[in-house]
Amino acid sequence: MANIKLPKPEELSKIDHKPPQKRWMDTPAEFKQGMYCYGAKGKNLSAVDFPNARDWSPDDKDWKLPENWKEIVLEGMKERLGKYRSFHIFMDICVRCGACADKCHFFLGGGDPKNMPVLRAELLRSIYRKYFTASGKMLGKVAGARELTEDVLKELWYYYYQCTECRRCSLFCPYGIDQAEITMIGRELLNLLGLNTDWISGPVANCYMKGNHLGLEPHAIKNNIDFMVDDIETITGIKIEPSFNRKGAEILFVTPSGDLFGDPGIYTCMGYLMLFHELGLDYTWSTYASEGGNFGFFTSMEMAKRLNSKIYAEAKRLGVKWILGGECGHMWRIINQYMDTWNGPADFLEEPVSPITGTRFENAKATKMVHIIEFVADLIKHGKLKFDPGRNDQFKVTFHDSCNTARGMGIFEEPRYIIKNVCNNFYEMPENTIRERTFCCGSGSGLNAGENMELRMRGGLPRANAVRYVHERHGVNLLANVCAIDRAALPALMDYWVPGVKVAGVHELLGNALIMKGEKERTTDLRGDALPGKEGNEDA
Amino acid sequence: MNLINLLSSKKSAILKRWFDEIVSTYPDATSSFLKTQDDPFANPVGQTILHGIDGLFDELLKDTDSNEMPSFLDNIIRIRAVQGFTPSQSTAFTIFLKKVIREELKDEIKEDQLYNDLAALEARIDKMALLSFDIYMKCRETLYEIKANEVKNMTFNLLRRANMLSEVQEE
Repeated sequence: MANIKLPKPEELSKIDHKPPQKRWMDTPAEFKQGMYCYGAKGKNLSAVDFPNARDWSPDDKDWKLPENWKEIVLEGMKERLGKYRSFHIFMDICVRCGACADKCHFFLGGGDPKNMPVLRAELLRSIYRKYFTASGKMLGKVAGARELTEDVLKELWYYYYQCTECRRCSLFCPYGIDQAEITMIGRELLNLLGLNTDWISGPVANCYMKGNHLGLEPHAIKNNIDFMVDDIETITGIKIEPSFNRKGAEILFVTPSGDLFGDPGIYTCMGYLMLFHELGLDYTWSTYASEGGNFGFFTSMEMAKRLNSKIYAEAKRLGVKWILGGECGHMWRIINQYMDTWNGPADFLEEPVSPITGTRFENAKATKMVHIIEFVADLIKHGKLKFDPGRNDQFKVTFHDSCNTARGMGIFEEPRYIIKNVCNNFYEMPENTIRERTFCCGSGSGLNAGENMELRMRGGLPRANAVRYVHERHGVNLLANVCAIDRAALPALMDYWVPGVKVAGVHELLGNALIMKGEKERTTDLRGDALPGKEGNEDA
Repeated sequence: MNLINLLSSKKSAILKRWFDEIVSTYPDATSSFLKTQDDPFANPVGQTILHGIDGLFDELLKDTDSNEMPSFLDNIIRIRAVQGFTPSQSTAFTIFLKKVIREELKDEIKEDQLYNDLAALEARIDKMALLSFDIYMKCRETLYEIKANEVKNMTFNLLRRANMLSEVQEE
């Protein structure tokens, strides 16, 4: 007993604290619970003919890879290097200046160097060098090249599902290297081996079979909207009668299915319904093109294209003139950047014109699809809507720019313009955390599952940190946004980092403030909470 | 000079060493970033730690028991609780301060025979360490609560959608 040397307190506290001093190539990924999603189910992969369909789990040692997995990855890489010039360039031109290193929310919140975009890209580049460049083939590690082994493959999987494809890093890259595109290709390569996540492949299969991520069938969609219609009648005294799959309507409305089902998305959806009713808009819902979101985008370009095609197909079937789209993030990146190339030209549609103001949406000339935020900002600008912003006085609001609408299509001012018209209290977060420099919610690109909650909290830290600043300084208690994934993911983020801040879509706030013809005196907001000064009258 | 005055006069040197000790628990590439970027929105982790330990240090030197200490601790531990550290690794930064003070004030403590004062201060640091474990547990419990609530809400909405709920109506 006397010979045992007890460690001193400071020695005890030092155990394991220093990370290993090895090069990144020699440090295999350590899979930590809470940092990754469940593996895909075989039935969901086979529903869309994805390769190597089988149930698998990242926790297992054996990932049930096909025997020739390495050949498949390298062939896949070769094909994509030939097909996508951007990918080829991104593999070649990085000078590792580090401008992107400290711009990723996962790195800022978690501190793992492999979340520096430069290093995340390097995980794939090192393989590229080994098999596709002369220097890498000859010099190996010295030239930054490494063998593709199972450990390397697992590392790729672990970190390429720790990127939300938000593109904040690319904003700071002097070469314009787009890490989101590198992640997309990385995920495509993993997809070739069936290495997909349950949270992504489930919605993809549902969307392919039923038209939306949740697998809502036509009657369920109608039921959900009927629920909202009932609630709107209780609150406003106005009975709304939306139409479904109506041929000959002027406009087809498409929104993410999260708005039909999830809380607080449903309140945003109630806002749409009220707005369209008030305008007397000639529009229809579709129970087939019932999903604006596209989780196929997080598996492969080809799958995203397949899922996206239903929007034009339905517009054609119903014979509408143009398409209006609800609040969503990646849905808009796809519409704005890919839809026309994939599934266009939509020459059977007309260039969108607002039936209320006559404004021609020239920016949507190619896609024929208009973002509801632009549509409504135009209505307000022309004085077509009346508001009582006092009905949002219970809120002190800040606005979170969704990565996709901000960096993907430059929508910065319209949502702010709407919020300022429908709310009396609006406060901006610090300049380097909004607009094109906005921080991701930490749950985009199919990472908003439950089992990876730690990852989500880390990734969302920089955003939450800025919300906390306005919460403490101005008493902000509502985080507004224009994205369904934000509405699904940010409530959890706020509960952990900034308790007391609620999350709402811009159209929920609009619905609260919108003065509708013939409405009764409202006593509650769309959530059924008493309006300021109307406490105790909720049942009136 | 008593220990409290001594600590006040050496505050910036002690805080720097304490901060360096804490950020050295991150990989090299990360710790050098945490030290250099001083914008709180571009470097939320580094700056939260820096402001947190500044506040904690002042609280430790006060005569009375502190009300502010839990919130300063919370800011730091809430972050470390989701960064993949073990419970001891998440909270050990409080104990680092003992070593920092002993090393930084080694000569003065010996010269002025401040051992009694030091023992009293270290007892306060121990209390802070215990408090930090309570906070760590609370953060982890919140995390699991959030997970559970997401599932609960989803289930509730599913049942509601399937018309399987029949709530008691108010009279």
